[in-house]
Amino acid sequence: MFRMLLLRSEIYEEIVAHCIRGLPAEACGLLSGDPDTATVQRCYLTRNAAASARLYTVDPLDHLRADRDAESRGEQIIGVFHSHTHTDAYPSPTDVEQAPDPSWHYVVVSLRDIYPSLRSYRIIQGVISEEEVVIDGHSMIGRIWS
Amino acid sequence: MPIEVRLPTVLRSHAGGRSTVQVDGSTIREVLEELATSYPGLKGQIIADNGALHRFVNVYVNDDDVRYLDNLDTKVSSGDVVSILPAVAGGCRAIQREPEG
Repeated sequence: MFRMLLLRSEIYEEIVAHCIRGLPAEACGLLSGDPDTATVQRCYLTRNAAASARLYTVDPLDHLRADRDAESRGEQIIGVFHSHTHTDAYPSPTDVEQAPDPSWHYVVVSLRDIYPSLRSYRIIQGVISEEEVVIDGHSMIGRIWS
Repeated sequence: MPIEVRLPTVLRSHAGGRSTVQVDGSTIREVLEELATSYPGLKGQIIADNGALHRFVNVYVNDDDVRYLDNLDTKVSSGDVVSILPAVAGGCRAIQREPEG
């Protein structure tokens, strides 16, 4: 299993912009791509059916449409992103409890600080592991830690 | 009559890796019961112990969420496609502190 997530910068921008536009509520969306290489080919900007600053629910019909569109392109949904408006970019107990698929990538965008922070995790049997986010070939973890 | 059922990735391992299966039934309840009979690993994954749809699962007939139709009693007929997807939800509620001041 890949312990990384590969994104293009345009997709990174789409995700962060969707999260900012969703304020003051949490925003969410789905990531489509190739599960074998952990490469995101596109993101689907979905509605937050919970319309809450503390909860998100990917709108079920948006999810269905995204799933069909991804499949028609030979891709599949490989993860989900959502924002935390006032907390850090780390899965909350609610996120862990409701994580639907151990093969998915769980991206959290924190809007708590002056700049958005995007981080990605695997959640398997309740255990959270952070993974490397690589944007246009550049490791974001490397940039934080170096 | 056979109904096409589309399974999410997380449940495919219980159906021999298939993404789509054909099962008989004239209502969603019958389709899901038949699905659990054909693929015992799916039992309990879609319908909860109380007999209702599991809260972390969404079931659709074509483009409609069955919760907005007749739920498990929603009728299906040949040519309908039943899709099952995980409900995707979460949020920071459990660790959110009340704003100060």
